[in-house]
Order: sequence, then C-alpha cells, then structure tokens
Amino acid sequence: MMTNPLKKGRALPAVGGLVALAAVLLPVVTHSPSHLNLAILVLMTAQLGVAWNLLGGYAGQVSLGHVAFYGIGSYTSTLLLLNFGLNPWLGMLAGGLLAALLSLGFGWSCFRLKGHYFAMATIAVAEIVQIVFTNWEYAGAAVGLTIPMDQRGWGAMVFADKAPYYWLALGLLALTLGATWAVERSHIGYYLRAIKDEPDAARSVGVNISRYKQIALSLSAFFTAMGGSLYAQKELYIDPGSVLTTALSIKMALVSILGGVGTLFGPVVGSVVLTTIEEVTRATFGGTGRGTDTIVYAALIVGIAVFYPSGLIGWFREWRQRRQAQQAGTGKPAKNVDEKVDEKAEVAA
Amino acid sequence: MTADILLQTLASGVLIGLIYALVAIGLTMIFGVMDIVNFAHGEFLMLGMYASFWLFALFALDPMLTLPLTVLMLFAFGVLLYKFIIRRIIDAPMLSQIFTTFGLMILLRGVAQFLWKPDFRSIENSWVSGSVKVLGIQLGQPQLVAGLGAVAVTMLVHAFLTRTKLGAALEATAADKEAAKLMGIDSHRMFALAWGIGAACAGAAGVLLATFFPIFPEVGANFILLAFVVVNLGGFGSVTGAFWAGILVGVIEVMGGLLLGPQYKLAIVLVLFLAVLMFRPQGLMGKA
Repeated sequence: MMTNPLKKGRALPAVGGLVALAAVLLPVVTHSPSHLNLAILVLMTAQLGVAWNLLGGYAGQVSLGHVAFYGIGSYTSTLLLLNFGLNPWLGMLAGGLLAALLSLGFGWSCFRLKGHYFAMATIAVAEIVQIVFTNWEYAGAAVGLTIPMDQRGWGAMVFADKAPYYWLALGLLALTLGATWAVERSHIGYYLRAIKDEPDAARSVGVNISRYKQIALSLSAFFTAMGGSLYAQKELYIDPGSVLTTALSIKMALVSILGGVGTLFGPVVGSVVLTTIEEVTRATFGGTGRGTDTIVYAALIVGIAVFYPSGLIGWFREWRQRRQAQQAGTGKPAKNVDEKVDEKAEVAA
Repeated sequence: MTADILLQTLASGVLIGLIYALVAIGLTMIFGVMDIVNFAHGEFLMLGMYASFWLFALFALDPMLTLPLTVLMLFAFGVLLYKFIIRRIIDAPMLSQIFTTFGLMILLRGVAQFLWKPDFRSIENSWVSGSVKVLGIQLGQPQLVAGLGAVAVTMLVHAFLTRTKLGAALEATAADKEAAKLMGIDSHRMFALAWGIGAACAGAAGVLLATFFPIFPEVGANFILLAFVVVNLGGFGSVTGAFWAGILVGVIEVMGGLLLGPQYKLAIVLVLFLAVLMFRPQGLMGKA
C-alpha cells in the first residue's frame, strides 16, 4: 500500500482527469439519443450553475433573475441570425457581450440592495424582461422564433444528431469553468471572498466593493447568455416560456446550492445529481399528467435546503475531514460539527 | 375616456388592492418577526380557495359561511408548517431559507395538481353574485364583498396586534428578538403564531377571491409577486404600511392597464417597485 500512486493529494486530480476523459469520449461509447440528451442537459445546466456561482457563490449576491441574461443571449443570437444572417458563433459572442453590457444597468440598480431585497429586485427585473419579450412583435412575441435547419454543420452550429451538441455543451462548460478558475486564483477572487465574508472590513481597507461585484456580475451574465445562445441552436426554437422562465433562474441557483456554493465544481456535481433525478422522475412519473414528478423534485429541494445547507461538496469535505481526524487518532468528529454550527449562526446574525 | 370609466377603474383598483393588502399582511408579519421571505405564501391563498371550493361543491356550503372554518384550517396548516419545516432553518444561511420556502411553493402546487387536477374551477351562484350600484358606480357584488371582507380581516389583525397581550408579544419579538426573549416571551411560540396568522390571512384572501376568480393549482403565482411589491413599498414588517401599499398597488395596476394595455400592468407595477427600491430601500412608508 506504501507505493499506491493514488495516495492522498494526488487522488483527486487523477480521478478528475479520468472523469474528464470519460466525459469527452461519452458520445463514442453511447449512441442512445435519450442518454445523450440527458448528458447534454446535465452539461448545459452545469454551465449555467457555474456561471451563476460566479456572482451568487463567490460574491455572495443571490440573483434569482439570471434567466434575463439567458434570454438576452438566446434572443440576440437568434435575431441576428434570422434578420442579418449573422453566424451563430459570432451571435453567441454578441449575445454574451450585450448581456455583460446590460448587466451594468442591472448592477447599478440592484447592487445597492442587500440580501432579500437584492433577490427580489432580480426577480422583478427578470419578470419585466419576460413581459417585454412576450409583447415585442419583432422578437416573435408570445409565438417565439424558429431557427431554420437548411444550413447544417459546425459553421452553422446546427446538427441533425446529438453528439456535436454534446461536445459544444462540454466545451462551453470547460470554458466557463476555466474562467471561474482564473477568477478564483486572481486578486478578484480574493477580493470577492472578502466582500462576501467581511464586507465592512473589505471596505475599510479600500476594496472598491461595487466594482468587484460588477466584475463578477458581468462575467456571470456573459457566460449565462452564451448558454442561452447554445440552447437556441440546440432546440432551434425559443419563446419567452422556455428561455425567460423564473424556474430556470431557480435551477441555476439550485444546482450550485446542491453541489456547494462558491466551489469550482459544486454546480457540476449539483447538476449531475439534480438534472438526472429531474429527468428520471419525469420519465417515470411524468406521463400521468398529475405532477408527480414535480412533487418529487420539490420535496428534494426542501430536503436539500433543510438538511444539507452546505451542499454535497461541503458534506464530502466534512466527511473527509472527520475521516482524516479519525485516522490521525485525534478523531473528535463532534467538534467539527459544532464549529460548523457556530459559523452558520454568525452568518445568520 | 370618460370620468365614469375612470371612477369605475379606480374603484375596482381599490377593491383588488385590498385583497393584495390582505395577502401581503401575512407575508410582512412573517418577515418582520423572523426575517424569512415566504415564497410559498401564494399557495396559502390557493389552499384557501380550494377549501372553500370543496366545501361548496361537496356540501353546498357557501364560501362566506365557511370562511371562519377555512381560516382556522389555514392557521393550523401554517403552524404545522413552522413546527415541522421552518423551525429547522431559522439559523440557516439565507440561501437555504429562500430555497426551503421556494421548494414548498413548488411542492404545494404539485400536491394540489396531484389531488385536484390542473383544471380551472369556479364557484357558481354563490350568495354573492351579480352586481350592485354604489354611488353611481357599477360594482361586482363578489368584488365588493371581497374588498370589504379584506378590510374587516385586516382590522381584526390590527386590533389583535395593538389591543391584546399576545399581539404585543408578537410585536415585541418583531422589534427585538433577544430583548423579547429576556422578557420571557417564547420566540418559537411567536414564530409559530406569525406563520399561523400569515397563512390564515392569505387563506381568507383566497376564500374572498374564490367567488369571482378561477381556482387552479398555480393561482398563487398571480399574487405572490404583487405581494412582494406591497411588502416592500409598505416597509418590511409593517402591517399598516402593507394595507395602504396594497391599495396603491391595486390602483396603479388597473390604471396602468387602462392607459397602456392590460398586458403591461404587471410590468408597470414592477418598474415602480424597482424605482422605489432604488431611492427608498426601506419602502415608501418604512422608516429610514
């Protein structure tokens, strides 16, 4: 056992590498459209969670209106394609940039609010955006927009089979994770943590709080909008009910909470668990038309929020700490739990 | 636009605003006492509507007659919800609190859909139907009774808070949890009471609405957003503030609908809400 290469600190990167390799090769292994579709949904939801986490997790600003950026991304690329024939790759970039630009207004109006007030204001912003798009004839109003299938291939970002969408979703997730990782390592990540945990201390040493919150929001909006454009290219149809629904804002936050807010891979873990459960319950109970799948999904949300407030990654870390403490012979697992409770009480106070 | 239409619209705005106020009062009380935003508040209203629908459909009992019974049922439901779920998240991070009540919202809608199907239902020919002319303004009788009923319930709650010892204890807990505890007030009991009254108020609003509004599992969605706006404008935790803000929101909503088209009435209210939040984060009537 002494020569085990997967020992302690090296185990996680090794496992991570294997997971990444398996993820890239998945479409080669499975050709089942339903499995591949589930995998695409998992990746796309994970990407949105990672993007949400930039603001909600690292900067601690709980947005429940992120679907506004998602909608802006999907509508921008689609409208540019339909009216000006702009390539969707450029459209995706344009959507991201427009969302980042509009996020300046979003931040300007909402950042002076704290806690619940901020969360409610973000819901209001998203509702207003939804009402505007539902009544805007140029954007298809309530009927929505359809992307034609006449041009296919990587250039047009339209495909007849699922595998390319899978790789696109994986690529976008990797890009978003990469950006988050870079932010986490840079001075921005350092300031964001300070703003989240000790806003007054951060201000007193001269951290420009609103500037760093805005940076987190703009990045978050940019990647959320790109996710929206990808959705439009995959479904080839968008309407306010699908790309501007509050339920999606909630899901972005929910996968982060389930996996662990403010952790790089938390939203990915959360999406794997939540999206899978959601799709499986829908496939199993959805046919009854009586909302059994909704009940299972909602019970799960309540259960997670009440019993696992620190998410699966937090739970895993506590478990590993406890195990290490036990192996070192000084195991007092109860103490760890106490400290955790104290921290929570402080946050609440 | 004639003065007649204007008056008519104004009156209907005030009447629906009184219902918004009643829904918001429970929400603001729960927030004031324990700093938790209840996203499932519209579902209390939905349960109140279904309770009066089934009592009417199965036993031919009029909603106005069963109002006290429905309110009691909702009170018990609110208390139980607190005891079994909300109690566990009092000290949890805000994110967990938001998602607990948000999950409850989806859960209650799902359960309602499972038990009672997603169909729209309505109560036909209750005691209050038809219309009546008041001071030259034609008003729907159900709407008028609902508005007056909402005023009555609001006054009852206000009297409870200002005239009774239990109400004073509740207000004390809202003002300062720790100080109230030192005075021997059991805060868990007060929290449970706030949830009970909150659910009862929303349930009462549901019963009053049931005579003229369609009944379906997601009906709460129409009211929760407006209730948030009312709570914000009135100042978090203020019952009187919520009352006046409710009327204001009702009037702005119908007036905005009249001027710009009904599809924009919610947007108008929300824009106003954001504007107020930006310049007066404590609400129009809240103290700085």
